[in-house]
Amino acid sequence: MTFCIHVPSDTTAKALGADRLTKLLAATANERKVDLSIKRNGTRALYWLEPLIEVETKQGRFGFGPVKEADIDSLFDAEFWHGDVVHPLALGLVEDIPYLKQQQRLTFARAGVIDPLSLADYQAKEGYRGLKNALAMDAQPLVDEIKASGLRGRGGAAFPTGIKWQTVLDAPAEQKYVVCNADEGDSGTFADRLVMECDPFMLIEGMTIAGLAVGATQGYIYLRSEYPLAFKTLHDAITIAYENNLLGAGILGSDKHFDLEVRLGAGAYICGEETSLLESLEGKRGLVRAKPPLPAIVGLFGQPTVVNNVLSLAAVPFILDKGAQAYADYGMGRSLGTLPFQLAGNVKQGGLVELAFGPTLRELMFDFGGGTRNGRPLKAVQVGGPLGAYLPESQWDTPLDYEAFAKEGAVLGHGGVVMFDDSVDMSEQARFSMEFCVAESCGKCTPCRIGSTRGVEVIDRIRSGENVDDNMTLLSDLCETMVDGSLCAMGGMTPFPVQSAMKHFKDDFIKRAASTTNAEEI
Amino acid sequence: MTTPRVVTWDPAIAQTIIEEFKSKPGALLPLLHAIQERFSYIPEEAVGLIATALKQTRAEIHGVISFYHHFRTKQPGRHVVELCRAEACQALGARRLEAYAKSMLGVDYHQTTPDNNITLEPVYCLGNCSCGPSVRVGDEIYADVDTQRFDELVDNLKTDRLEVQ
Repeated sequence: MTFCIHVPSDTTAKALGADRLTKLLAATANERKVDLSIKRNGTRALYWLEPLIEVETKQGRFGFGPVKEADIDSLFDAEFWHGDVVHPLALGLVEDIPYLKQQQRLTFARAGVIDPLSLADYQAKEGYRGLKNALAMDAQPLVDEIKASGLRGRGGAAFPTGIKWQTVLDAPAEQKYVVCNADEGDSGTFADRLVMECDPFMLIEGMTIAGLAVGATQGYIYLRSEYPLAFKTLHDAITIAYENNLLGAGILGSDKHFDLEVRLGAGAYICGEETSLLESLEGKRGLVRAKPPLPAIVGLFGQPTVVNNVLSLAAVPFILDKGAQAYADYGMGRSLGTLPFQLAGNVKQGGLVELAFGPTLRELMFDFGGGTRNGRPLKAVQVGGPLGAYLPESQWDTPLDYEAFAKEGAVLGHGGVVMFDDSVDMSEQARFSMEFCVAESCGKCTPCRIGSTRGVEVIDRIRSGENVDDNMTLLSDLCETMVDGSLCAMGGMTPFPVQSAMKHFKDDFIKRAASTTNAEEI
Repeated sequence: MTTPRVVTWDPAIAQTIIEEFKSKPGALLPLLHAIQERFSYIPEEAVGLIATALKQTRAEIHGVISFYHHFRTKQPGRHVVELCRAEACQALGARRLEAYAKSMLGVDYHQTTPDNNITLEPVYCLGNCSCGPSVRVGDEIYADVDTQRFDELVDNLKTDRLEVQ
C-alpha cells in the first residue's frame, strides 16, 4: 500500500532544510521498504513547526514537526505514515491546530494543501471557477462585483480596488495594462511570496479577471529579485496556464485575450511605490512620478494601467466565485474581508495569520504569536513595514482595522508585524529608519534624499549626548518637513517609526545619550 | 549551493543576449539581468553595446545600472553572500551577525575577501522574516543563521564542498 506524505517547499521550509529532509525520507523509505509517495506542498506557514511533514489519511492530514534529520529514524520506528501515532513531534490533525483553526483563510485556503504547480489540484479546490464566472459577465458588472466586495488595496494604501478598476475601465485607450506589484520589500512581510510560491494560479487567475474587467490584454508581474523561488514558480505556472488555454488568445474557448509576463526588479525598495515600479518596468531608473496623472489614466508606457498588490489580485478569484457579499461578510467598518497578517521578528510562533479585520494587535501577537521567541518581555512592535510606526504596549489593544490604526498615527500597511523584546534600543531603530531611507530614496525630492541623511546625523548627535534637547527638537522639525514635503510615501512615512520611537520610547534616546556622555567623562 | 561560473567577457555572447531581449517593451532590466546572470557582473564593454541596440546613450544605461543595488559593475568573488539587515532580522540578532561576519571575513559590505572567494553584500529582506537572521548565497536562502551557522556556511564555501540537496 502506498502512503502519501507532504513536505513543504516554500523558501522558509527550504531554508530550514526541507529539501534535504525530502531526500533523506525517500532514502530511508527505500531502505526500510516502506512505500511512501512524497509530494511537495507549499506551506501552511506555521513557521515554528517547519519543516512540517503531513501524512494523508482518511481522517485528514496528520502533522509532524518541526522535523529535523535526526528525527527521521524515530519517525519510521513509530510508523508515522499511519498518521495517528504516538511520537514527540506528532501534532494530530493539522487543520485542528488552533493557530490554523482559528484563522479565516480565504486567500490562503489552498496554501500548504496543494502542489503549487498542479493545475488539477488548483481546480479541484475551486480554482478557476471565478474566471469561468467572469467570462460570462460584461466588464461593468465585473467591476461592480469588486466594488461591492469592499476590497481595498492590500499593498498598504487601502485604496478601494473597484474604484481603481472603474477608472481604468472608463479610460479610453487602444492598449491597457494590468500590473501586479510583487515588490514585497517590507521587512516582516511574506504573504505575497507565499501566494506566488504556494498558489501561483490564484494570482494568474486574479490578474486575468482584472484584465477582463478593465479591458487590458497584457499583464506584468513586477517581482523583487530577492525572491528567486517565487520567480521560478511563477514562471512555471504561467507556462502551464498557457499550455492549458488559460492565458493567451481565446481563453477557455472565449474571444478573450490576456498575456502575462513576470519581470524581475533589481533590489530597489522604492520600486514598490507604484509610479517608480512603472518607470522600472519601462526600463528606467525607478524615479517616482508626480501624481496626477494617476497610473489608472496614464500608467505603463503612458497607457491606462491597473496597479494592484499581489494580495488584492489574489482575493479576486474568491470574490468572483463566491460573490461579493461572501467576501464583505468578513471584517469591520470600512475594512471588509480578510487581511493576511504576518508574524515576524522575535516571535515564538511566527507565520501567516489570515483574519477578518477586527481582533486586536495584542490578540494577534499573544494568542497566535505566543509572545517573544526568547521569552523576554515584548517591548515594541513595528506594524506595516519599515515605514510603519513602532507601537508601545499602550497601543496593543488597537483593533486591526485601517481606520483604527490611522487614529493611533500608525498603519496596517501590508500586514507585517515585527516584534522586538526589551533588549532593543529604540534610538538605534530610529536611526536605522533614516539610514534605510538614505539607501533606498530614489533621490527625486529633497526632503527624502537630503532629509534622511540629515536625520541619521541628528540622531547620531543625540545618541552621543550632544545638545540632546535642541537636537530632539531639530529631529521633530525634520520629521515634519519630510512628512509634509516629500513626493511619495518613502520620504513621507520614514518619519513614522522615528516619531513613534521619540514619542513612546524617549528614554532610549536620553539613556543612550547619558551613557555616552558618562563614558566620555570617565 | 550554487557556484557561479566564471565567464570571461565575450562580445559575441553579449550581442546574442542583447538581440534576444532588445525588442521587448521596457527591455533594459531583463537585458541587464541576463547579462549579469551570464557574466556575473555587467562589464563596462557591455554598456556601449546595450546603448547602441536600445538607441539610448551610455549615460542613460549607466544611470539605470547605478540606480539598482542588484546590478554590479565589478566581478564579484566566487560566492556572493547577502546578509539581511532589515528589522525582522534585527529583532533576532542580525546586527550581531553582521558585525561578526565582517570581522570574520575581514571585509566590509560590497567588498571581496582577498582569496576572491566571498563578496559580502547587504540585503533588505528575503521574506524569511519569522526565522531570521536570514542569509542568501546564490539562490539559496538560509534560516536561523547565528554566528556558528554562519561559520559552517562559510566553511562550506571555502572548501567548495557541494551540499547534498
